[in-house]
Amino acid sequence: MDGAPEAFEEFVAHFGAKVFQYSWSMCGHRDDAEEVAQDTLLKVFENLNQLREPERVRPWVFRIAKNACLMKRRKSVFAPRHELSLEELMPVRNGEGEHRHIDIADWSALPEDSVLRSELGAEIARAISGLPEIYRPVILLRDVEELSTEETAEILEISTDLVKTRLHRARLAIRQNLDAYLRLTAKER
Amino acid sequence: MSHSFEDCSKLFALLSEYLDDELPANECSELERHLADCPPCVAFLESLKKSIELCPDCGSPAGPAPISEAVRSKLRQAWRKALEARP
Repeated sequence: MDGAPEAFEEFVAHFGAKVFQYSWSMCGHRDDAEEVAQDTLLKVFENLNQLREPERVRPWVFRIAKNACLMKRRKSVFAPRHELSLEELMPVRNGEGEHRHIDIADWSALPEDSVLRSELGAEIARAISGLPEIYRPVILLRDVEELSTEETAEILEISTDLVKTRLHRARLAIRQNLDAYLRLTAKER
Repeated sequence: MSHSFEDCSKLFALLSEYLDDELPANECSELERHLADCPPCVAFLESLKKSIELCPDCGSPAGPAPISEAVRSKLRQAWRKALEARP
């Protein structure tokens, strides 16, 4: 990290936006997300000397953000722990033998248009926010931030096996949600 | 097509690890043998893959509000202090 003024601005803009997005999905409140992003940046700068490996700055920042989210979490967000079962995330299956098929949208027709793609992006963001709390940070870190399984496990302080299990269920739930969205929009077209 | 939906269900739990190249070799071979003969699973896997690929595009409807000058100055101060403390 260099000391140039633009390095400060770049860091604040980049991680401020990333942490805000993560926190909004986790906290569910825009104001809280903005506070978490600012608190995280402050904590990051105050503890910069503890960062031993600069190339691991992303997981380090997100670990601080995760803890800031837990501190900020409003009572209303405390919900009974709900676990997604694989059974409920499987597609509806019909037929026998060679006539077996699943009910699925036409995924080959994903929109190329940037407006429609951003609508899909917004749909994914809504779907992630609607996931039970234990799945949200896993998919945000693995598939949105594209951190590794090991980095995600380290940030969330859970095993890599648990990251994989939760990630798979979260992905299936997002897929299911998008599948329903694609069918609906296909009908409207 | 010789297998049933029960075979598909057994392999359903492995799809993410397969896409992430994190599946042990023996399970990977078993899954690939199944996929070679199961169009419904191939279609499902493809939809899962596309859904994952879309995730990095999911932005917030709007970014954070600009940071106030008071907070920015506090941050800048902490940043400078951190740089000064570097060995």
